[in-house]
Amino acid sequence: MQALTNRAKPVDRSPLTFLEKMYVPAIAKGMGITFKHIFKRKATVSFPEQRRQFSPVFRGLHVLNRDEEGRERCTACGLCAVACPAEAITMEAAERKPGEEHLYREEKYAARYEINMLRCIFCGFCEEACPKDAIYMSETFAPSNYQRKGFIYGKQDLLIPDPKQQSK
Amino acid sequence: MTLLSIDWFFILEKILLISAVLVLSLVVAMYSTWGERKVAAWIQDRLGPNRAGPMGLLQPLADGGKLFFKEEIIPTNSNRFLFILGPSVAMMVACMTSAVIPWGDTLTIAGHPVSLQVADVNIGILFIFGVLSVGVYGIMIGGWASNNKYSLLASVRAASQIISYELPMGLALIALLMLTGTLSLKEIVEQQRHDYWNVVYQPLGFFIFLVTAFAETNRAPFDLPEAENELNGGYHLEYSSMKLGFYLFAEYINMFVSSALMATMYFGGYAFPGMDSLGVSPNLLTILGFLALFVKILVFIFFFMWVRWTVPRFRYDQLMRLGWRVMIPLALANMLITGAVVLARQH
Repeated sequence: MQALTNRAKPVDRSPLTFLEKMYVPAIAKGMGITFKHIFKRKATVSFPEQRRQFSPVFRGLHVLNRDEEGRERCTACGLCAVACPAEAITMEAAERKPGEEHLYREEKYAARYEINMLRCIFCGFCEEACPKDAIYMSETFAPSNYQRKGFIYGKQDLLIPDPKQQSK
Repeated sequence: MTLLSIDWFFILEKILLISAVLVLSLVVAMYSTWGERKVAAWIQDRLGPNRAGPMGLLQPLADGGKLFFKEEIIPTNSNRFLFILGPSVAMMVACMTSAVIPWGDTLTIAGHPVSLQVADVNIGILFIFGVLSVGVYGIMIGGWASNNKYSLLASVRAASQIISYELPMGLALIALLMLTGTLSLKEIVEQQRHDYWNVVYQPLGFFIFLVTAFAETNRAPFDLPEAENELNGGYHLEYSSMKLGFYLFAEYINMFVSSALMATMYFGGYAFPGMDSLGVSPNLLTILGFLALFVKILVFIFFFMWVRWTVPRFRYDQLMRLGWRVMIPLALANMLITGAVVLARQH
C-alpha cells in the first residue's frame, strides 16, 4: 500500500538487544526526561485567580442589550428562538402601554425571556439572528448553581444594567 | 528484688524514643502523600495540590479527615476477623521496622547517654528481613478476606512477588554482611563513619537492593498487587475508610523505612563526610548527623516517586523474568565476587 505521507516509519520488530533487555539505560533516559519536566513551565491556570486571555470572538453567557437611553432593545420577534438549535430560548411577547416608552424601544417587547443555560450550546446563532442587536454573548462563563432551575436565566439575569441609572 | 530495681530513666527514654520514631514515621508518611502528588504534578507539568493551606501543605490533614469520615464498609461475605486483621498487620509491621534503625549517635541529656536507636539488637538486619517478610501477610490476609477475585489475584501476585524479590535482596545483603562482618546496623554505620560509604564497595549490591526495595514496598514499577487498571485497586479493593487509609499509609511508611535502610546500610546513615573534624559539641554533632540521615532519606523518597512517575508497570511475566533470571544471578555473582575479594584481602 502506498503511504499517505513520507513520514511513515516501518515498525521495528527485531528482538531486543542485550542492552535493551537490561531496561536500565532506557529507564535512565526516561528519568532524565521526567526530571527535566519538573522545571518546565506549568500548563496549569489557577482558575479563579488567573484567567486565560480569551479571543475576541469568545462566546460566553448571553446578555440582553439596552440602547443608549436604557430602553430594552428586544422586540420579542422570536428569531433567536427559531435559530437556536438547542431550543434553549423561550419568550412571551407583550405590547408596550402608553407611558412605557422609556422602558421599551419599540411597540412590542419581551415580557418573559428565558434561556436555559443547561440546554444552550453557546453556538452564537441567536446573536447572529437578532435583527435588533438585542442579544449578545459576553465573556462571562462557567455559571454555577445549586439547582437546575437556577440555570434557567430570566430577564433579570440577562438584561445589562441601565446605562442611565449606572451614571447616577 | 531485682524486679523492683527497674531503671525508670531507661524505660522513660525508650518510651519517648519509640513515640518520637512512630510520630516521625507517621508524619513523614503523611507528607509523603503530599510530596507524591506534588512530584507527580511537577513531572506532568502541573502544579499539584495548592488549595489547602500554603502550597497545599494542609492537604494530608484534609485527606486524613476525609478518610476518617468515610463510611466503614465490611462486605457481607468477607471473613470479618481477617478483614480487620489485614490492614492492622500491614500497619503494625510497617511501623516495627523503624525500631532497629539508628537515627543518630548518642545524645547526652542530664548526664545520661541516650542512644538515638530504639533497640541496638545485634541481629538488626535479620530482624528487618524477618519483619519485611511478615509485611506481605497484611496484603495476603486482606486480599483473601475480601472474598473478591480481584483482591485474591492481587494477594497471589503480592506473595509471589515478595518471594521472588526477597531472594536477591537477601543475597545482596549477604555480600554486604561479608564486607562489614556484623549484623548490627549501628556498627555498620560506625564503620562507614571512619571509611568510605558502603555503596563504594557494593555498587551492584546497592543497585540490587534498590530494585528489590521497590518490589518489597509494592511501588511502581512493581505495583502489581495494587494495579488500578487491571485489578481495580487490587488487595484494597473492598476496603474503605481508615482501613484503606492504613493500607495506603503502610505503603508510605514502608517507603520511608526502606529509604532509611538504604541510607543506613549503603550511604553512611547518620555519618556524613568531615563529621569528626567539625569540632562541635557531641550533642550538636548527633543532631547534625540525624539531619544528614533525614536528608538522605528524603532524597531516596524523592527517588521512589521519581521512578513511579517515569516507569510504567511491569507485566507479570516480565516481573518474574526480571526477578529470577536477572536479579538472582546478578546477586549471586555479586556475592561470589565480594566473597572472593574479602577472602583474598584476609590472606
